[in-house]
Amino acid sequence: MTTKIYVPRDSSALSMGAEKVAVAIALEAKKRGLDITIIRNGSRGLYWLETMVEVATDQGRVAYGPVKAKDVPSLFDADFLNAKNHPLSLGLTEEIEWLKKQQRLTFARVGITDPVSLDDYIAHDGYKGLKKALTLSGAEIVKAVTDSGLRGRGGAAFPTGIKWNTVLGCQADQKYIVCNADEGDSGTFSDRMIMEDDPFVLIEGMTIAGVAVGATQGYIYLRSEYPHALKALNEAIAKAEAAGYLGDKICGSTHTFNLEVRRAAGAYVCGEETSLLESLEGKRGLVRFKPPLPAIEGLFGKPTVVNNVISLATVPIILDKGAQYYADYGMGRSRGTLPIQLAGNLKHGGLVELAFGITLRELLYDYGGGSATGKPIRAVQVGGPLGAFLPESQFDTPLDYEAFSNIWAVVGHGGIVAFDDTVDMAKMARYAFEFCAIESCGKCTPCRIGSTRGVEVIDKIIAGKDTAKNIKLVRDLSDTMLNGSLCALGGMTPYPVLSAMNHFPEDFGIAK
Amino acid sequence: MQDLETKQDLDLRLGALISEHQHMPGALMPLLHAIQDNIGYVPESSYSQIGKALSLSVAEVHGVVTFYHHFRTHKPGRHVMQICRAESCQSMGSEALEAHAKKCLNVDYHQTTSDDAITLEAVYCLGNCALSPAVMMDEEVYGRVSAEDLDALIAEARA
Repeated sequence: MTTKIYVPRDSSALSMGAEKVAVAIALEAKKRGLDITIIRNGSRGLYWLETMVEVATDQGRVAYGPVKAKDVPSLFDADFLNAKNHPLSLGLTEEIEWLKKQQRLTFARVGITDPVSLDDYIAHDGYKGLKKALTLSGAEIVKAVTDSGLRGRGGAAFPTGIKWNTVLGCQADQKYIVCNADEGDSGTFSDRMIMEDDPFVLIEGMTIAGVAVGATQGYIYLRSEYPHALKALNEAIAKAEAAGYLGDKICGSTHTFNLEVRRAAGAYVCGEETSLLESLEGKRGLVRFKPPLPAIEGLFGKPTVVNNVISLATVPIILDKGAQYYADYGMGRSRGTLPIQLAGNLKHGGLVELAFGITLRELLYDYGGGSATGKPIRAVQVGGPLGAFLPESQFDTPLDYEAFSNIWAVVGHGGIVAFDDTVDMAKMARYAFEFCAIESCGKCTPCRIGSTRGVEVIDKIIAGKDTAKNIKLVRDLSDTMLNGSLCALGGMTPYPVLSAMNHFPEDFGIAK
Repeated sequence: MQDLETKQDLDLRLGALISEHQHMPGALMPLLHAIQDNIGYVPESSYSQIGKALSLSVAEVHGVVTFYHHFRTHKPGRHVMQICRAESCQSMGSEALEAHAKKCLNVDYHQTTSDDAITLEAVYCLGNCALSPAVMMDEEVYGRVSAEDLDALIAEARA
């Protein structure tokens, strides 16, 4: 009987040598005349344990990691095919504490299935949400999404159901569903994981959105930095089309939905929804004035739903299990779960999906295991390059949109980047302005000019020139950018800058 | 003569790519990607041909090509090395890695080594933040990259 062995094809796992491990396992098994089948699954998200190899046994899947290609002969010698012990043994995968404590809804299948196997997807509850949606009216589907409390996971946290309802209410000969897969925030990788490790869930979510609002064409606007995601998405789309889950008369219904992946080209600002639409239309990614809202006049001037990957990938489970099931997770007005990404200077970086409400401290130490360098964690940036830096005194803040807003910070996409005590916060503030200058679309003056002037003023502060006067200048400049920018790029760059100055003044040469 | 042959060859390849993409809604971005994938960069000499096919001015095509970091207007080296400069990688020492790469390759960002082996580029997040610092060589990502790992990658690219 053949033994199933799982070796991830996720790009982070590949970045630690997963391909070489898979090849070594295949060669070693052949040499020893052993009958094995290697399945290239997604990653479980315990990235410090990649490459994590799993073996299917009667008791469940048993994990070994981090495995290097050179460890493979010794794993066979130790009879890992029969789950025997080895220095890299991690026991039953589902019993690993880090994984066991999580509440995986959006990521329910990630790391478990073969990402591009439609059969595997369906065997693990895939397409149940779409089948349910096909029995409902558009308004009923939108109501389920509204009742679930799902808010945009891209950063602005706008209620998804309200967006959909606007598009549903529009009369038009053509409507579109656009997935914003231009995840460019440092410290975030949950979109990448969904697209590489469970692409069908995104396809299903977009199809449900199309059925709900009457859109027949969808586009996934994907970062050019994610070549593996491109491959996985295109493989999955082809399989969904062949099986009647995309195209005309999906699942034998009267609905049509076509889907295409479009590649972005390395412009951070195209993560802003109107810039993204301009780019999809073949133009420079300049931000549009709002109104009109994209929901009313979006892609090619037609009503368009623009949602982030995680928002769309969360829709299938809401339709399958019901709005209440999802809303029962979370706290306050932050309902459901958030795929949190632990990154930067942490011992255990990876993907943690939990209900809203867990504190930063629990994430950093219980999950993250403290800093990778062993030094104290001094600052944490949450929500990407436009997110605030939080000092240790704020680590007990629960992950909740309103709680973060109260301390002038943002949850954003749920990316958490930790820095140890060697970090220079004046340099980080300078970098925030520099990043804004590199990535500004140039349409509005506060962002275009403000970011460049910001770098210059911070340089003076770092050089110790007229510190008090220049600190005041940065505050004035930040005020203009906050209130005068057209979009979040210029409008939120002051978050990292001012939070660094407010919480770590000593790094700017001013008294604490 | 050599140049003319090259130009004819280029025009033919461009023509094929243009006819393959020009009917797509919002065709310019997919077309530019196809050109760069096929030729290695987007030659400035292609702007008028693209513009004619898509009813755009040369200035509009130029504006789009130069707006996006991904598109290049000059031929790159045989390999493209991208080093992540974003916060997560900074927290794990990417600045030292950048300096090391520039010194070893004797180039700055957007430049190609004298042996034409490697073009060095900056990138802002490869989505490998749990395994910072990260580097991408052509289309493969590498995690927790040390100076020694970088040297090995460079040696492999030059082999």
